[in-house]
Amino acid sequence: MADRFTAVYICLLFALLLFFSPSTPVIAQDKPDADTVKLSSIPPDTILPEYYPLSPSNIRVSDVPNDAGGSLIIEWDLSPDDHEGGKVKEYIVLRSKAAKGPFEEVGNATQGATSFRDNRTQRGVKFFYKVTALNYEKTDGEFLWKASSESDVAGPAVSTAQWFNFDRLNIFIGIIILCGAIIYFIVAAQKGKSFYIRKIAGIEEVENAVGRATEMGRPIYYVPGISDMDDVQTLASVTILGRVAAIAAENDTRIDVPVSRSMVMVTAREVVKEAYSKAGRPDAFQEDQVRYLTDDQFGYAAAIDGLFVREKPATIFLIGAFFAESLIMAETGNSIGAIQISGTAMPAQLPFFIAACDFTLIGEELFAASAYLSHEPKLLGSLKGQDLGKAVFLIAILIGVILESFGIPVHELFAVK
Amino acid sequence: MKRELPLTIAFIAGIAFIIAYFIPHPPFNRFENWFSDWFAIIAAFAIWLGALNLMKISFIKIIRKKSDWLHAILIIISFVIILFFGFYEGYRGLHADPPFSFRDPGTSFDWIYVNVYTPLSATMFALLAFFVASASYRAFRARNLEATLLLLAAFFVMLGRVPVGDIITGWLPMEYQMSQWASWIMNVLNTAGQRAIMIGIALGLVSTSLRIILGLERAYMGGD
Repeated sequence: MADRFTAVYICLLFALLLFFSPSTPVIAQDKPDADTVKLSSIPPDTILPEYYPLSPSNIRVSDVPNDAGGSLIIEWDLSPDDHEGGKVKEYIVLRSKAAKGPFEEVGNATQGATSFRDNRTQRGVKFFYKVTALNYEKTDGEFLWKASSESDVAGPAVSTAQWFNFDRLNIFIGIIILCGAIIYFIVAAQKGKSFYIRKIAGIEEVENAVGRATEMGRPIYYVPGISDMDDVQTLASVTILGRVAAIAAENDTRIDVPVSRSMVMVTAREVVKEAYSKAGRPDAFQEDQVRYLTDDQFGYAAAIDGLFVREKPATIFLIGAFFAESLIMAETGNSIGAIQISGTAMPAQLPFFIAACDFTLIGEELFAASAYLSHEPKLLGSLKGQDLGKAVFLIAILIGVILESFGIPVHELFAVK
Repeated sequence: MKRELPLTIAFIAGIAFIIAYFIPHPPFNRFENWFSDWFAIIAAFAIWLGALNLMKISFIKIIRKKSDWLHAILIIISFVIILFFGFYEGYRGLHADPPFSFRDPGTSFDWIYVNVYTPLSATMFALLAFFVASASYRAFRARNLEATLLLLAAFFVMLGRVPVGDIITGWLPMEYQMSQWASWIMNVLNTAGQRAIMIGIALGLVSTSLRIILGLERAYMGGD
């Protein structure tokens, strides 16, 4: 009986102990609560020496080449403790304007990293650096403890600005070759030399397309894309617009230019107005021929589709920078039976235009169109120069492929940095 | 002067950009930012030209009862409503940072943006799926050799991108299954074609830029 009473008593005591015991495990009582633990609460001298990693060595500081100054690169040899399961968790980079300090933290690098780029230096100012190998333990983003070892001081180093970016030397040479070829043929054209320029179907059809609109008594729509005047495609499109508007003006056919950018509207209006004046029909030009619709991509596409469906133009030009709206416009134009000439340098949109339009100016043809339509020897000369440049680059690519195939690495020569 | 000034500006800006690309030393490295800032400022002012032009044309359409003048009424009403809510609710006081905030949640402007503008944009974008289908139907008709090759390439790529492609060719070793054919077409044939186009575009860009910088191409100013 007494044994049974004792057993019940022990059980009750145990239950009471459980009820009133702290919620954290007893083992955790030795450690302060995670929320209240800060680095300062564990003095570094209480951390056992075996937790301290060995510091990185051979610290080098140098100026970042080919930049505007303001950047230094700090390199080091890994700490002997930096390996899988080693004591180094990360490296801290410290900087000072004096060798004796005080040093301030400027950034960190992950375990295994051997360099750090400090982009926040001042050009012409001397800086000293130290790199610290850090070991720590974290709970919920808070340090439980940290142990670090500092390297020797390296420096001073000064960041400077360079007068030529040698990383871009290959591009410079390429541009010199290309521009040289273009200028040579422009000068040759000025001297009266004539060149054969291959026919581009899309451009050859411009006059026929305008003529079709004239015969049908319906307007022409010219859509210059959705980019602003800072895009070369828009610039190329506006130059083509000038030629197309001149032909339309000569044929007494209305050309409408709905645009999605105010700056394009201003430029295109001037271009169309000038084309009408040159054709001897300045009175025929109306300002609302070139009008702004909206900057919004799909709002613009919806407005253009609406215009196509209501006005049923005979000819549509979709020339410029287009994005996802390209097919929405081109398919609507196709559905109303208009003859469509498109052109863009956006490779992702070219398949859509090819599928939905009658003629497409593919990439470089867009940039050649204006020169081609002008029939000016100087501009045609530039196309010839462009072709020569293309031949040079093709030969370079071919040589590169052969050399790389034989294990001679040359691809770095063509890398754009 | 009307011609010379824009030509001079184009020449100076073009040369400055080329110099800035190759010379990182100050002040050349700041050219790009300067010109970008100037362009942004001019474009910000120019937006009013566009908006006012839209209103002018819409009003003329209504007054003269031109075709689709009802659409013009809708444009003006939408424009006024958005402008009203944008400025009325977006103004937070001169000392606030920023003084204007147009997309604060809970405002009528935000409600219009989320419940009217976004669904309308999404609807237009969604139409693309149907247009892709109709354009593909036309493009993939085997009318000639090129179209037939296109059809075959599209067939293998589409089939290779879905699990059934690999199931059909499951009896083949892994590296010869349909998904691998699709990857080969995309990574080798397609990439080669794309790169060829990109090289042509880059050359065309340089050529056009040079013509504009040298003042040979003047059609964008309404000239020859």
